[in-house]
Amino acid sequence: MSYAVKNLVQGSRELIAFRIGDQEFCVNIMSVREIRGWTKATGLPHSPSYVMGVINLRGAVLPIVDLSARLGMRRAEPSPRHVIIVAQVRNRIVGLLVEAVSDILTVTDDNIQPVPEVSSDLEKQYARGILAIDKRMICLIELDALFPDTESEAA
Amino acid sequence: MDMNEIKEIFFQECEEQLAELESGLLKLNDGDRDPETVNAVFRAVHSIKGGAGAFGLDDLVSFAHVFETTLDCVRSNKLEPTQDVLKVMLKSADVLADLVAASRDGGSVEEGRTRGLVKELEALARGELPSGGAAAETPKAAPAKAAPKAAPAPAAPPVAAAPPPTDDSGFQPIPFTFDGFGEEEQTIEPSTFEVIFKPRRELYAKGNEAALLLRDLSRVGTMSINCDTDQLPPFDKMDPEEAYFTWKIQVKTDKGEQDIRTVFEFAEWDCDLDVKVAESSEEELPMVPVPFDLSVLDDGSDASGEDQDASDESAANDAAAAVAAAETASNVSKMAAAAARADKKESQAAAAAAAAANAANAANASAGQTIRVDLDRVDRLINLVGELVINQAMLSQSVIENDTTGTSSINMGLEELQQLTREIQDSVMAIRAQPVKPVFQRMSRIVREVADMVGKSIRLVTEGENTEVDKTVIDKLAEPLTHMIRNAVDHGIESPEKREAAGKNPEGTVRLTAKHRSGRIVIELVDDGAGINREKVRQKAIDNDLIPADANLSDEEIDNLIFMPGFSTADKISDISGRGVGMDVVKRSIQALGGRISISSRPGQGSTFTMSLPLTLAVLDGMVVTVAGQTLVVPLTAIVETLQPEASSIHSFGANQRLISIRNSFCPLVDVGRILNFRSMQANPVEGVALLVESEGGGQRALMVDAIQGQRQVVIKSLEANYTHVPGIAAATILGDGRVALILDVDAVVSASRGQSLRQEGGMKSDMSLAATG
Repeated sequence: MSYAVKNLVQGSRELIAFRIGDQEFCVNIMSVREIRGWTKATGLPHSPSYVMGVINLRGAVLPIVDLSARLGMRRAEPSPRHVIIVAQVRNRIVGLLVEAVSDILTVTDDNIQPVPEVSSDLEKQYARGILAIDKRMICLIELDALFPDTESEAA
Repeated sequence: MDMNEIKEIFFQECEEQLAELESGLLKLNDGDRDPETVNAVFRAVHSIKGGAGAFGLDDLVSFAHVFETTLDCVRSNKLEPTQDVLKVMLKSADVLADLVAASRDGGSVEEGRTRGLVKELEALARGELPSGGAAAETPKAAPAKAAPKAAPAPAAPPVAAAPPPTDDSGFQPIPFTFDGFGEEEQTIEPSTFEVIFKPRRELYAKGNEAALLLRDLSRVGTMSINCDTDQLPPFDKMDPEEAYFTWKIQVKTDKGEQDIRTVFEFAEWDCDLDVKVAESSEEELPMVPVPFDLSVLDDGSDASGEDQDASDESAANDAAAAVAAAETASNVSKMAAAAARADKKESQAAAAAAAAANAANAANASAGQTIRVDLDRVDRLINLVGELVINQAMLSQSVIENDTTGTSSINMGLEELQQLTREIQDSVMAIRAQPVKPVFQRMSRIVREVADMVGKSIRLVTEGENTEVDKTVIDKLAEPLTHMIRNAVDHGIESPEKREAAGKNPEGTVRLTAKHRSGRIVIELVDDGAGINREKVRQKAIDNDLIPADANLSDEEIDNLIFMPGFSTADKISDISGRGVGMDVVKRSIQALGGRISISSRPGQGSTFTMSLPLTLAVLDGMVVTVAGQTLVVPLTAIVETLQPEASSIHSFGANQRLISIRNSFCPLVDVGRILNFRSMQANPVEGVALLVESEGGGQRALMVDAIQGQRQVVIKSLEANYTHVPGIAAATILGDGRVALILDVDAVVSASRGQSLRQEGGMKSDMSLAATG
């Protein structure tokens, strides 16, 4: 995926890594507003399966997305140990439910390898590169791609 | 304050004047012949001209001047304001608005259009219309004929061309009168007029001022004033709002009676005015001539400053008290007069009264004044108050949970706090409430322009334009409304030939009304056109793959097809409508405001679009209910009554419908939990509570919920800000426990129960299932 690599900014940057199941992912730290513990969300009718509902974030209504389900994996069973990454996606704020935040990484573009050709469309859509750190594999995902702007598909 | 700021204020005032001008012209168009309306129109143009002159906006001044000249002919009854005349005037008002906009934003206005209108206006002033022609033969019209000569060519420096009365300030309310020219011949020799001027209380109530009128009169000629204070009652019996004085004035002038009357023209209807030529100038009236010292006026306003301050407090209390300051101050004027009379110096009484009355005027001006506040500041305040309400609710809840006695003083304090918060909230909301008038007025221009473009003759009738609604709603209303108006004019109303063939008035009517209904504002747009051509709409929908060719649709369903995305029935894409954005966009923007739009159409008789919008986007009174473990808020305005259904009143109807009998009428039962997909099985109605609701489309439904928790005012939080529209849900709110609760969209739920799918409306994919894991 040379496209992804080309689009990366030159020089080093910080990523925030988190765990879902036995996989690790990371997103650009610049899009993360805060990290908070899991609170019970109010369910929304007729919402996509990965939308867990909404919570009150200091007076604003924040939708919570089960990132595991959004990435096409098992639906999360939230426990108090789960955390919500409050991230800015375009002009919206979304809460991402993940199992745990594991690391903050400082990487350069050289560390990021292109995503191998895989058959799954979903991976192609959101994965922007792969990092190998301490024998771990961390997938860099693009939040904008996960939550397209069109209204019918958004979050 | 630098020049730019002053200029900005001028432009803001221009907007107001333009609105005034247009509404006045429209009133005249509707047959209103009240001279005050004509005067208001005249004043608006005059003020714009005056202000523009001060800023050297020559284009604006010259056009306004020509316009004013023609209006003056109307005002002096030399020109009959017929429909044709008013058409030109309305166009002129549009051009004037464009010129103002161009002066502000630096654009330019199509010169040909301006010039064409200048010619038309000048022709009108000459009386070159059938109706004006007759008037031209009367001797009074002679000055009108002089108008075009006096009126400057559009390019000429206007101030220079204007006659002396206006060139000192430009704001001088002595208008450019042609009467002077005509009258000159008759009254070359100075003559003495006797003027008896007795203001009525209305004169002061409207903010007019005797002293200023007298001052203006002093410019007409040399005068001597006598103030008759005989009617002034003893001090303790005085009504501060009543007018007691009569002034007898002798004016020696070489001008005519008309000039004297002109001074009083804005006050004419609020006073008794008698102007006549003094029978004999030798016959001296028993009065002391007053040297009219204008500086007294200024001193007076300072002197009564304290009283004014005192009255300010009460004035601040509520809007009704706005006049109070003026009243108090005019009270001062009478007190001063009474005091002066005690001294038996009547001449001074007049001066003192005039001085204090001037103060009254100043007070009136300040009391009636508005302040312009940056909208951001208001919004910040509203947000803060919203947080305050949530916080207060949270506090109440935790106190109730921890309060074992239940009668502590904390509870009472909290109750007071709750009332106060509510009052604060209401007041803050009132700041944002504005009449829909400006939007409606913009529509009349759109109707004119579009009708002109498509060669139709259309009248816009507006009703309820003083209906107030939150400013956000107003702002967001303009666009969809514009679109609908364009549609109505372009597609709705037929061409005059077709209308005549159908036996209708060739002039089409578009009616725009606003009214409050059960806590919402309902805006209706009615045209008397051909109605929706259902066959054509259906065909179009089939062509565009919106419905299958064999779909069996009711009339109502066909009408509603026009709200589908990508639907446009115009045969050819015109300049006006049909750019691909259609009624679906209108519907979406109305929905985004928490509103609904519906259409009803009768072939040959026209269509009605009904929009219902919330009055405010910030708070609502709601009933907090439980449905399948979820807490929901149902807007109180929608609920007619609540009841506990008995098993005997529930009747099955068809396969899976149930009706509840309420006082011998049957009402469909709607399980909210089922509609919102919170549960898969219908709940047992006997275990729950039924909320009887009335929906926008009429008809009642009984909404089944599990339990009622209570009633509460909630702050509306947008779901759309970070998420998207959820079918069946109007918005969200935050309850006392800090959790988010959803606000039910009653109308959407009701229409869903009629068989229209909630999901379809929201554009949700069918594979999406509920994620109520919370």
